[in-house]
Amino acid sequence: MWQFFHKLGSPKWFFGISTRFMPWLLAGGIVLLMAGIIWGLAFAPKDYLQGNSYRIIFIHVPTAFIAQSIYIMMASAAIVTLVWRMKLADVFVKAVAPVGLALTFLALFTGAVWGKPTWGTWWIWDARLTSMLILLFLYGGVIALDRAINDEKSAARAVAVLVLVGVVNIPIIKYSVEWWNTLHQPATFKLTEKPSMPAEMWVPLLLSVLGLYLIFGWLACIRMQTEILSREQRTRWVREFVLKGRV
Amino acid sequence: MAFDSFSAFIAMEGHGPYVWACYAVFFILMIATMAGSVRSRKAVIESCRRGYEFEADRSKVAASPAPSASFTRVNVSQD
Repeated sequence: MWQFFHKLGSPKWFFGISTRFMPWLLAGGIVLLMAGIIWGLAFAPKDYLQGNSYRIIFIHVPTAFIAQSIYIMMASAAIVTLVWRMKLADVFVKAVAPVGLALTFLALFTGAVWGKPTWGTWWIWDARLTSMLILLFLYGGVIALDRAINDEKSAARAVAVLVLVGVVNIPIIKYSVEWWNTLHQPATFKLTEKPSMPAEMWVPLLLSVLGLYLIFGWLACIRMQTEILSREQRTRWVREFVLKGRV
Repeated sequence: MAFDSFSAFIAMEGHGPYVWACYAVFFILMIATMAGSVRSRKAVIESCRRGYEFEADRSKVAASPAPSASFTRVNVSQD
């Protein structure tokens, strides 16, 4: 167990193993995402209340869901950075924060465009929307803080603390639709209950969530590899990889 | 198919502009993020390669035997 943990922290080992997984993550992600989107756009029945505007859900829910789960993953990595000083955990946080920023922006944007025909407004300062906007600022703050500190180790620690402080926002986002009166509809998927939608609607949604998850996995791998290469360029294995093309 | 014709699919009963704007922004941003990630990985590898080659050249120059006459020893670079 400890040996595995140790290996997991080794950038070289990660580089080798992720190279093997990446093509599958990318291919699987694109296939699932496109299947979910095409099914959702063209074949799923229209919503009796919202009409066809609800078809935005097939990208709105995946981006919002994964934007939040990236933050939870970043917080777990931040604990690992602070407690075990594992380099790879810090590499992960830095590599995925911009992806989280992009997905949070997409969730807010698609939500605003969906809100116009459904609620009659692009934006309203209610709990779900505001807490999601705070998530966007948290991602921005993490990226800015990391860039502002030159020393790698102090940057890692400062970023980890910021990520952990910000994690309080995640339950607020999740329960905002239950704690406060809001225009936003309650969660589509719950672990404990059956979805309130018919299968022709939630199956494509599930496909696009899984697909975007795999694409995020691919993005995390490739961006971590970039960060590892630039940090470890003085080591022999990076030299061999760059000059000979193998790890 | 949930729609009778292709034009009905595009129009989405008036919701077309909203739906298609979302999907357009989604695809543009996702593709840009993915392409940017591939490009920055390539750029790091390229800059490493240049660094290693520069080092190799320099060590080659340092290792070459010094000429016997002292006035020919002009290894000093001007740049």
